Amino acid sequence: MSLAENTPRHIPDRLRSPLQAKLVSWESLLLAVGIGIFIFNSLASPYFLNAWNLSDATFNFTEKAMIAFAMALLIISGEIDLSVAAIIALASTAMGVAMEMGAGTPVLVLVGLGTGLLCGAFNGALVTKLGLPSIVVTIGTMSLFRGISYIILGDGAFRGYPESFSWFGQGYVFWVITVEFVIFAILAVIFGVVLHKTNFGRMVYAIGNNPTGALFSGIRVDRVKMILFLLTGLMSGLAAVCLTSRLGSTRPSIASGMELEIVTMVVLGGVNILGGSGSIPGVVIAAFVMGLVTFGLGLLNVPGIVMSIFIGLLLIGVIALPRLWAMRRKS
Amino acid sequence: MSALKSREAILFGAIFALVALIATRFPGFVAPGNLVAVFTDTTPLMILAMGQMVVILTRCIDLSVAANLALTGMVCAMINVAAPDLPVAVILVIALVMGSALGAINGILVWKLNIPPIVVTLGTMTIFRGVIFLLTEGKWINAHEMSPTFTGFPRAEFLGMPVLGWIGVVIAIVMMVVMARTTLGRAVYAVGGNPHAAVYTGIDVGKTQFKAFVISGMLAGLTGYLWVARYSVAYVDIAGGFELDVVAACVIGGVSIAGGAGTVVGTLLGALFLGVVKNALPVVDVSPFWQLAISGAAIIIAVAFNAKSGRSKGRVILKSAEHAQ
Repeated sequence: MSLAENTPRHIPDRLRSPLQAKLVSWESLLLAVGIGIFIFNSLASPYFLNAWNLSDATFNFTEKAMIAFAMALLIISGEIDLSVAAIIALASTAMGVAMEMGAGTPVLVLVGLGTGLLCGAFNGALVTKLGLPSIVVTIGTMSLFRGISYIILGDGAFRGYPESFSWFGQGYVFWVITVEFVIFAILAVIFGVVLHKTNFGRMVYAIGNNPTGALFSGIRVDRVKMILFLLTGLMSGLAAVCLTSRLGSTRPSIASGMELEIVTMVVLGGVNILGGSGSIPGVVIAAFVMGLVTFGLGLLNVPGIVMSIFIGLLLIGVIALPRLWAMRRKS
Repeated sequence: MSALKSREAILFGAIFALVALIATRFPGFVAPGNLVAVFTDTTPLMILAMGQMVVILTRCIDLSVAANLALTGMVCAMINVAAPDLPVAVILVIALVMGSALGAINGILVWKLNIPPIVVTLGTMTIFRGVIFLLTEGKWINAHEMSPTFTGFPRAEFLGMPVLGWIGVVIAIVMMVVMARTTLGRAVYAVGGNPHAAVYTGIDVGKTQFKAFVISGMLAGLTGYLWVARYSVAYVDIAGGFELDVVAACVIGGVSIAGGAGTVVGTLLGALFLGVVKNALPVVDVSPFWQLAISGAAIIIAVAFNAKSGRSKGRVILKSAEHAQ
């Protein structure tokens, strides 16, 4: 989309030492910001440093982060999926329909995950089989998926999910550690290993840096992209299970606008929106930072929409500042 | 060029067939008065889509148009509350200037800092909405607080059509001239068609993209006043999610998301298609909840269609590599 991808890369004469590189990396900068916010929050509000409150605060990011992991891989490969929040709505609606038909908790979970997978397959097929740009395809499916929810539900809502279903969004594994947080942590490890330690992960980077080059190196580009869309759909389905279970009801407007927060989380985590670079630890830290910001501002009685200003500024700021810095150093 | 022409012909045919189909069962829908009403109702979408088209032609995207509309509209309404005697002409100038300024913020970030447009406009979209809340603390400005001249302007009838509709007509003509007959218009196509070649012909790519964002912002600002005045209400969430309709209108109208291809007429027809669908649903007694899914399906079909018509152009050396791009 921009000219930046075609400008030659600057290769330094001497590489930085690994320790130095780690210290000035995006992740450590973000970590410092996160710790700063944590300290500021604990000084600003007496209610912040409380195990139960902090545990509650994790709900601010666990569901979004589940999707953000898959989205990070997708964006690194040079694609994007803006339909994730709409997939949540459709998966949640499908679970509602199944519940009305008398399905038990295991079936509900399967329906949620299955719907997510189907939606991901639909996106993936349109992008890989028809060669369409993912941003337009997913803007289209975003309306389509949520539109189907509206057709089914209108201005109504599904309520009365089975008691055992609430475990996913309201349950605790032990003490203050929520089920969602455990799912989040397990997924962080899985995605981190997949992206950074496997062939598949290397393929994702290769495709993002140069799809044609990747193809000529024998990578089945379309298949990898298809898998990434499926993964994003599956994670959206999982987030739908957690969110529906936590709220205990389904409306067609559920999770609206969440796709923007997820993209913000991924970009804040240091993933290049043009593809080719980024890391899972970065996304994990970004998830915590965003969760801390929204929770801290919430404790200070800042309304949600004002928080969105911070998120918007954060999104532009984290990308603009390094570029401004680079421009200053050049001149 | 013939492919582009046929796209517009197909779209025109589709709209005509749709209207004819509705007319067979509900003749009232094609009464001149109702057609004018449908056109006027679609005008805001058309104006925004023309601005969005210019941005997409330069390989960018502007997701902040609806938020720009809401912010500028709110500021116009607040000015009207504070100074009810201010003539509409001044309000129009304020709306245009403020919209352009907000568009320029997007443009500067894309031009000078080279930040991907989707990131910039996602950010400014949430920021603009947030600023409205800061300005109003979430309060609404209602009809009784606005002056009659302020709310009356877009609704005033002239030759059987409200002024709002005429503004759409005037902007459409201006945009057609700008895109086809000015250096700016040609530069926009050149930048989108091939940025590298554009640089070698002496076109400043970033600056052209900046101008595209200013145009998009200016039209969004103008629509902001018209929207608030027409519906006589201003609040944080007006036109929420409208940016997607605007992008949809462009895509349906044959504007290529890869930049460089698309026409004003096509964009107008794309917007009109969505407008007819929206206005026809209640007439044919289909729940309005179907609208979102229909426009989603229309986007997907249109973009698949765009890709098909674009593929014959250029020499395909390695087909699967093209896919991977």
